[in-house]
Amino acid sequence: MEQDGTKGGEAQNRYANGLAAGRLTGVEYADNFADLHPPLSTHEAFVEAERCYFCHEPPCQKACPTGIDIAMFIRQIAAGNSLGAAETIFSANVLGGMCARVCPTETLCEEACVREAAEGKPVKIGLLQRHATDAMMGAGKQPFERAPSTGRRIAVVGAGPAGLACAHKLAELGHEVILFEAKDRLGGLNEYGIAAYKTVDGFAQKEVEFVLSIGGIKVETGRKLGTNLELSELRRDYDAVFLGIGLAGVNKLRLAGEESLKGVSDAVEFIAELRQATDLSRLPVGRKVVVIGGGMTAIDAAVQSKRLGADEVTIVYRRGEAEMKASGYERELARNDGVLIRHFAAPKTLEGEAGRVTGVVFERVAPGNGALASTGESFRLEADMVLSAIGQIFISDGFGNAQGLDIAGGRIAIDEERRTSVPGIWAGGDCVAGGQDLTVTAVEDGKQAALSMHRALAGSERVANSE
Amino acid sequence: MADLRTNFAGILSPNPFWLASAPPTDKAYNIKRAFEAGWGGVVWKTLGEDGPPVVNVSGPRYGAIHGPDRRVIGFNNIELITDRPLDVNLREIKQVKRDWPDRAVVVSLMVPCEEAAWKKILKPVEETGCDGIELNFGCPHGMSERGMGSAVGQVPEYIEMVVRWCKQNTRMPVIVKLTPNITDIRYPARAAKRGGADAVSLINTITSIMQVDLDRMTPAPHVDGKGTHGGFCGPAVKPIALNMVAQIARDPETRGLPISGIGGITTWRDAAEFIALGSGTVQVCTAAMTYGFRIVTEMISGLTDWMDQAGHATLADFEGRATRNFTEWEHLNLNYVAKAVIDQDLCIKCGRCFSACEDTSHQAIAATVNGERKFVVKDEECVGCNLCVLVCPVENCITLEHRTQGIDPRTGVPYAQPPLDWTKHPNNPMAKQAAE
Ligand SMILES: Cc1cc2nc3c(=O)[nH]c(=O)nc-3n(C[C@H](O)[C@H](O)[C@H](O)COP(=O)(O)OP(=O)(O)OC[C@H]3O[C@@H](n4cnc5c(N)ncnc54)[C@H](O)[C@@H]3O)c2cc1C
Ligand SMILES: Cc1cc2nc3c(=O)[nH]c(=O)nc-3n(C[C@H](O)[C@H](O)[C@H](O)COP(=O)(O)O)c2cc1C
Ligand code: SF4
Ligand code: SF4
Ligand code: SF4
Repeated sequence: MEQDGTKGGEAQNRYANGLAAGRLTGVEYADNFADLHPPLSTHEAFVEAERCYFCHEPPCQKACPTGIDIAMFIRQIAAGNSLGAAETIFSANVLGGMCARVCPTETLCEEACVREAAEGKPVKIGLLQRHATDAMMGAGKQPFERAPSTGRRIAVVGAGPAGLACAHKLAELGHEVILFEAKDRLGGLNEYGIAAYKTVDGFAQKEVEFVLSIGGIKVETGRKLGTNLELSELRRDYDAVFLGIGLAGVNKLRLAGEESLKGVSDAVEFIAELRQATDLSRLPVGRKVVVIGGGMTAIDAAVQSKRLGADEVTIVYRRGEAEMKASGYERELARNDGVLIRHFAAPKTLEGEAGRVTGVVFERVAPGNGALASTGESFRLEADMVLSAIGQIFISDGFGNAQGLDIAGGRIAIDEERRTSVPGIWAGGDCVAGGQDLTVTAVEDGKQAALSMHRALAGSERVANSE
Repeated sequence: MADLRTNFAGILSPNPFWLASAPPTDKAYNIKRAFEAGWGGVVWKTLGEDGPPVVNVSGPRYGAIHGPDRRVIGFNNIELITDRPLDVNLREIKQVKRDWPDRAVVVSLMVPCEEAAWKKILKPVEETGCDGIELNFGCPHGMSERGMGSAVGQVPEYIEMVVRWCKQNTRMPVIVKLTPNITDIRYPARAAKRGGADAVSLINTITSIMQVDLDRMTPAPHVDGKGTHGGFCGPAVKPIALNMVAQIARDPETRGLPISGIGGITTWRDAAEFIALGSGTVQVCTAAMTYGFRIVTEMISGLTDWMDQAGHATLADFEGRATRNFTEWEHLNLNYVAKAVIDQDLCIKCGRCFSACEDTSHQAIAATVNGERKFVVKDEECVGCNLCVLVCPVENCITLEHRTQGIDPRTGVPYAQPPLDWTKHPNNPMAKQAAE
């Protein structure tokens, strides 16, 4: 049943049962995975920029985890100085280009915008940010110059948003950075996780190039902490260490057949595959897809499988609408795409036939946000693809507790300055405790850690392994 | 329903909305369509002497400044008077007036400052059957370098002289169009009246450079790398025009002289304001050039509806009614106290009022109340300057409230005081002298 490609004008496998590629025509794939929010034209940007009131101590800026001077950059756009606007953005958030595309602005800056309170129509801060950052990146400019060399060498582990932001700020401050990354490509979830239609045209890699173009950052890929890279050695060899290694593991459903049945997989992996695919028409997807979970990953997996041509897609979440981590905007996006969201049901059994998944049996749980008590009622959803999206977890095999890193809630514990319990080691992004698991908060962590390292190094001979 | 008919210096029109002498009134084709759209009258694009017509530039002759969403808020031109042959214009004027007998057709004229030249053009113009003439003493570019337009309008003696020639040589009503490019508009208006003018119209355009092209380092728009000053008009000039109209309307020497108000008129409200300050008719150019002739529909209905609501049966009922309240600063009541009040239900907490008052006015607005973002006026500091009202993006959110009861915490003086103006104020040394 696994087939691929489209023949002629019509999709061959539109209604094929089981996992199948080529459910859509080439035009449909292109449409479905085109830019979700196309960039503003120059005229639109001027009109939108003029809507900003240039507020006193703007609430939007306060709501931005990286504290971008939003009122100022919008004013710069309105005055015809998009490059200056981009510099304002990048000075607070060097991944301002990606953040413009992926930030849930509806719960951050745009929610706080006074025009949201006034008329329910906030200034389109995200799209304006994209307008400015596109202008500078399109012009191939790096707005920052490195400070004179400090002679310090700092190891940054993990090249996701946290690591990239940290490395860039350190390089800018004149330090020498060695960026270690387990995978072949840099970018972390920007490259492997973010929904395809949010970051089209290879933007993640363009942004990586932009970040590295400041100079002073040496990249070593294929270097995995705990496997072929030792924390103790990093502490010995470098003046300071930053860990931005994200969440390498995922929670399991813990149901029989999870590992063996064909068609059952982890949503993060499914998305990573999709993001790396060079030809979407060769990517298999089920006809009836069930996604288990209630966060951003569940939404992204559901929407992208629908856009790959799945006929029916259902998200099943064990709690209510209000408890979903995915924002209202994200949920609406999914519903507009025809995804059905069902609540208060927990997966009980994976059903299979001839080694393939055929359905999932769910148990009704009692509504309410207390303990998930079963009501004794159950229902079955037919499925030829089941994606589990019930959370990523931090994996510290080989370098965690053994090195004396304090762990809180399963992730690395840090203080305000992003210092871990071990002197000389800073950490940030998804791998640390108490975060929001967003690109933008990872960037802020990386930036703050770099500033903290800089302060620490200015006042001491050597920090790492100083005791 | 309100009656919009006007009798302006003997010229009748069904409504006060005339198109000013400019491209919209350049030829019969335009004017026919303007009249179909409902315009009450036109002042034909300025005619010059018989002979080879003037030549316009073939590059950009207009410039503009834009507000948000490219709304034209100011406009400028370096166009000359009509560049079509005199006989063609005259023939068309005659035909138009015959076809539209109920509309005002006024002909704008500009010829060299010699009696013979004026005598020569008046006769054929009169023969067209038009309702009157308007003397273009206002054009600030091109023609002025040739001793016409504003070059005449800036010398009251010339105005008086030319008007006299015209009045002696025609029975048609003579309207004098004034240039704003002078220091005191009352002098040319008085000269026009002395010369026997039946009316004045104003303003013509204001000398201007719109922009500088920073790449070419030339005024923009440019013609082959060089720019020249043009004439500025459109919404941005309305306040200047209103003041000039009102100055003439209340000047004892020109009081009662009919005024056709011009400058930035775009909606019925603009027109009503000009009329309230003493205009008998209004003329429109930029708004028509920006939006086309159809705008007159809004102007007619808006003015009619407002007059009905306000209880004005005819234009005369409110013409000049605001002029009596237009006075000198020294006659303003210095004991009148108003203070800003913020409607907390309407406030969206942008803080613009705070930035403005804190940085540039009287530090009279608090940005935080009990640790919360909240904007409140401090009566003990507020001088009622109106700045916050103007910068607040929400209409009617901040208002100035006239205080009559209690004590002003800023001055410690009770609000209720008899009126006192500067002429009698104790701090005015002149007032003391007068009393002695
Ligand atoms: C499907 C999905 C969709 C998302 N959508 C959004 C969105 O729309 N908007 C948003 O704001 N956020 C979104 N997020 C969250 C966001 O992507 C993350 O919060 C962000 O990427 C965290 O950045 P990070 O640098 O901490 O980690 P990561 O991006 O995970 O980067 C960690 C890097 O470290 C490397 N690494 C891991 N372990 C090791 C090791 N042992 N040694 C060396 N290198 C290692 C990894 O290969 C990776 O490159 C989404 C997440 C997922 C999973
Ligand atoms: C392109 C253009 C050409 C003009 N030509 C003349 C003219 O030939 N004669 C004249 O008296 N005024 C001329 N004017 C001035 C207008 O009649 C009018 O006084 C001025 O534009 C102010 O009105 P507005 O703000 O409605 O445009 C011209 C204005 C413009 C914009
Ligand atoms: S809150 Fe909105 S209006 Fe105010 S500065 Fe921010 S974007 Fe502009
Ligand atoms: S009226 Fe003037 S002084 Fe009073 S609060 Fe407003 S800006 Fe300040
Ligand atoms: S400017 Fe107006 S809306 Fe903004 S804070 Fe002040 S009163 Fe409120």
